[in-house]
Amino acid sequence: MGKADSNHVPKHGKKKRPNEAWKTFKRVFKTPSAKLGGVLMAIIIFCAVFAPLIAPYDPYTMDLTDLFATPTLKHLFGTDAMGRDVFSRVLYGAKYSLALGLFTAFIGTMLGVVLGSLAGYFGGIVETIIMRFCDIWGAIPGMLLNIVISACLGTGFFNTILAMSIGTFPGGARMTRGQILAERSKEYLEAAESINASKTSIMFKHLLPNVISPTIVSTTMAIGGNITAAAGLSYLGLGIQPPTPEWGALLSDGTTYINSYPHLLLYPGLVIGITVLAINLMGDGVRDAMDPKLRD
Amino acid sequence: MAPLIEVKNLKKYFDVPGGMNHAVDDISFVINQGETLGVVGESGCGKSTLGRTIIRLQEATDGQVLLNGEDITHVKGRKLHKAREQMQIVFQDPYSSLNPRMSVEATITEPLKRSGRFHSKAELNDEVDRLMKLVGIDDRLRHSYPHELDGGRRQRVGIARALALNPSFIMCDEPVSALDVSIQAQVLNLLMDLQEELKVAYMFVTHDLSVVKHISDDILVMYLGQAVEKGPTKELFRNMLHPYTKVLFSAIPSTDLDHPMHRLQLKGEITSAIDPEPGCRFRARCPYATEKCGQPQQLEEIKPNHFVSCCRVREINDL
Repeated sequence: MGKADSNHVPKHGKKKRPNEAWKTFKRVFKTPSAKLGGVLMAIIIFCAVFAPLIAPYDPYTMDLTDLFATPTLKHLFGTDAMGRDVFSRVLYGAKYSLALGLFTAFIGTMLGVVLGSLAGYFGGIVETIIMRFCDIWGAIPGMLLNIVISACLGTGFFNTILAMSIGTFPGGARMTRGQILAERSKEYLEAAESINASKTSIMFKHLLPNVISPTIVSTTMAIGGNITAAAGLSYLGLGIQPPTPEWGALLSDGTTYINSYPHLLLYPGLVIGITVLAINLMGDGVRDAMDPKLRD
Repeated sequence: MAPLIEVKNLKKYFDVPGGMNHAVDDISFVINQGETLGVVGESGCGKSTLGRTIIRLQEATDGQVLLNGEDITHVKGRKLHKAREQMQIVFQDPYSSLNPRMSVEATITEPLKRSGRFHSKAELNDEVDRLMKLVGIDDRLRHSYPHELDGGRRQRVGIARALALNPSFIMCDEPVSALDVSIQAQVLNLLMDLQEELKVAYMFVTHDLSVVKHISDDILVMYLGQAVEKGPTKELFRNMLHPYTKVLFSAIPSTDLDHPMHRLQLKGEITSAIDPEPGCRFRARCPYATEKCGQPQQLEEIKPNHFVSCCRVREINDL
């Protein structure tokens, strides 16, 4: 990362406010764990972007002479039931899974935060309508909801993202609302009102930054969950369609052979685990950077 | 000329389970430019609600608030913003009244930006400098966050924020009760110095009577949402007429060992302000209560500028 970092400074140095972005960047990666998360994430993103250059094989080419190969130097992660190189599939799958995990978690959280803040801040009838809606929405099992939405909209990458984000917002809404209720009685909000701050400004400038921490953590957790949940959808034939080498699909393919060829499950699982870890570590870094109490 | 603040029969009721909470019930008073009105009473008697209703953080149920003779009780939009620039608030708790994620500079700059009086960054900076100097915050604390400051400094930041809009009236909601005694004196002196310099008027809500004696020109004594006695500070401290005022003021600690204090004790609990019965609300605990006290009471001018709401005030005080 060192090189990429030093390239950052002169770029921002020319702008009006010199080190502001650089400072924020440094704050996020202050702790060793956040640095580790950043490095891991950089590697994963690098692999996702340059998969065609790195991958030793084509992820879709079957080699029926070499089925279920155990990991060797020739096939780092072995080959699957159709003789496809698992390492190449993991590399190619990175972009699908990362995008899926990030977008679904991000969109779901945004929806939840907006609805939860409206409910928490305005209270009364607005709160009742939004929260009862969330209760009803949340009462439908997530997988069922995904199935229904996917079935209606059809399969495909974007429809899967849409289906999964819509399914996850009630949790975020409830959490944000709870945080806001705890914060709403604080006097600095009244102070903001008395200096003529607009409702939007009170909500987004004063209230939201003070309630967002748990949301950041839960978003990073949701990314991993969503990657695996997408696998469930693919398994049912509703998510991203085979042969797209999405990580969840690799996992669910592997489960069939868990007793005889555990490496088909092990390596994609490990990669998902490391990705989730990296995102969580970075999420902690972001949360700490936003909290002035933890800055110095 | 119209007085700076005139409150006429102000009422604020809250709809609570079990009825209407008469938090502020029919209160009237006047505050002139550069003067201080001390509002005293026990916890929960509606002092803070009264202040917040006046500066429009809460909507009045009935009555009027006049600012420089202009009715601002129900104004909206730009007029409300104009009125609020005149009326600011300093809060009791300096911990929760500052946004933990905004630096001292950001906190003071925000109202300045809203006022639209400053057009360049340099002007804003100068004004922040001036305000920080005015309330006595070191320049090195400019980029500090609230959790890095002690209570007194936080309260100074709160005061600077209130002063940023150049108000002519500041409602001080127990501004020193959360501070150490030594810091209390500093902040009180700061408030008094500012008054002298800027001719700003205060409404000083407190339950600390020694503070109110020190700082106020006039005093309003409240009991369960109603004014029981009001008058100039000196007159009131010399001649307390209402039975409740007597009890309340007898609680001021004395350091005079030759004249030990005679503390008057009340029996019973404070009655509920939810749908109270007509008549004097203090009568359940008042040693002088008779049947007559069940009649609605009026504030009556017993001595020049000295008003008391008690039908037996003359008998009790041999006037």
